[in-house]
Amino acid sequence: MSKQPVTEFDLHAHVDGVLPPARAAEVEAYLQERLEEAARVADYREQLVALHQEFDAVLGEPVPQRLHVPRFHRARPLLRYAAVVAWFMLGGVAGWQLHDYTTDQRIETTTWARRAAIAHVVYSPEVRHPVEVAANEEAHLVQWLSKRLGASLKIPHLGDIGYTLVGGRLLPGDRGPVAQFMYQDGKGQRLTLYVRVNPDDSHETAFRFASEHGVGVFYWLDRKLGYALSGEVEKPELLRVATAVYRQLNP
Amino acid sequence: MSDRESAITQQIPRLRRYARALLGDRSAADDLVQDTLERGLSRFHLWRQGSDLRAWLFTIMHNIFVNQARSRARRYHESIETDPEADALRAPEPDWLELRDIASALARLPQEQRMVVLLVGLEQFTYEEAAQVLGVPIGTVMSRLSRARERLRALLGGDVKAASLKVVK
Repeated sequence: MSKQPVTEFDLHAHVDGVLPPARAAEVEAYLQERLEEAARVADYREQLVALHQEFDAVLGEPVPQRLHVPRFHRARPLLRYAAVVAWFMLGGVAGWQLHDYTTDQRIETTTWARRAAIAHVVYSPEVRHPVEVAANEEAHLVQWLSKRLGASLKIPHLGDIGYTLVGGRLLPGDRGPVAQFMYQDGKGQRLTLYVRVNPDDSHETAFRFASEHGVGVFYWLDRKLGYALSGEVEKPELLRVATAVYRQLNP
Repeated sequence: MSDRESAITQQIPRLRRYARALLGDRSAADDLVQDTLERGLSRFHLWRQGSDLRAWLFTIMHNIFVNQARSRARRYHESIETDPEADALRAPEPDWLELRDIASALARLPQEQRMVVLLVGLEQFTYEEAAQVLGVPIGTVMSRLSRARERLRALLGGDVKAASLKVVK
């Protein structure tokens, strides 16, 4: 009977169960006559079992939040930098063009909406530290930010339209501290609401909209406070949320 | 969630299992998975439709891991020599009383051997797929697998004679 000699390859392929049945039978027969080789193969099989016993539990572990795919891929880092740059440029150009024939107030408004968009681009992709104070400390959050801004803030609740509060943070603005509240929908899509205290001489405005590199902002001034809602969503969706925010703040 | 996202999401548990076994440390392993997912998503257009997404992601993970290991080695002025003999010499010799579990035995394997034994044994890649993921010929996969299993056997106490021979060498 002329059998192919059993090689080291055959032994491993046998352990891994990838030999065709006929060849596997030949290897089995070969091992029956060689105790040392058989012990080696048995040990290799035990290694496989041990590997699975040790590491298969990982398959059943809940996937940590930071590995949830939609949360961090929405805009790639390079695109985000492009958006930041675009927003800086936009403000510069608009400010320059408008300078001669419009009021300083208009420029001022454009500038702070731009800051809101940039803050959105910077903080919304944060996986580990998106906010300073999380939504579970909402009372503390509103108290703290109201104190720092020197105005009584209200946090809109957008659960009815599909967005839950993630939390908020304090940021430097042109003229003092500003607040940023972050919301997210069931898919991890995030919107931020940027709130500042208006200059004393500002007037209320209607909704205005600006968009650059996929980041849209609706912004408006309402009595003492200015609001800018930013997000990487379609304009109608952003308007829907902006309207809901406005209504909650002006019941 | 898009098709792309759900296809990639499905692979996360296995990427995590492999990374955990490769690195031992949970948080370092998840860092590697996170890097892999980010790169995979940003290069998804390069994935050939119909080809094995899992193998593609494991290849990405392998490349990231190797590059990171290389820069770590450079940082500490260590040899990046991949000669198995050198690895065998460098790997600290075990304390026979302590070392009977698979995780610590794995940690003592040279990196190249650990990768092969995990891709084939734990992740059940075929030898051809493992060769593709690692970017080496199949013959190299087989010789690494053979050395890795023999060394694990020694480390786990299956063959103490082979282990002491290694020490002498």
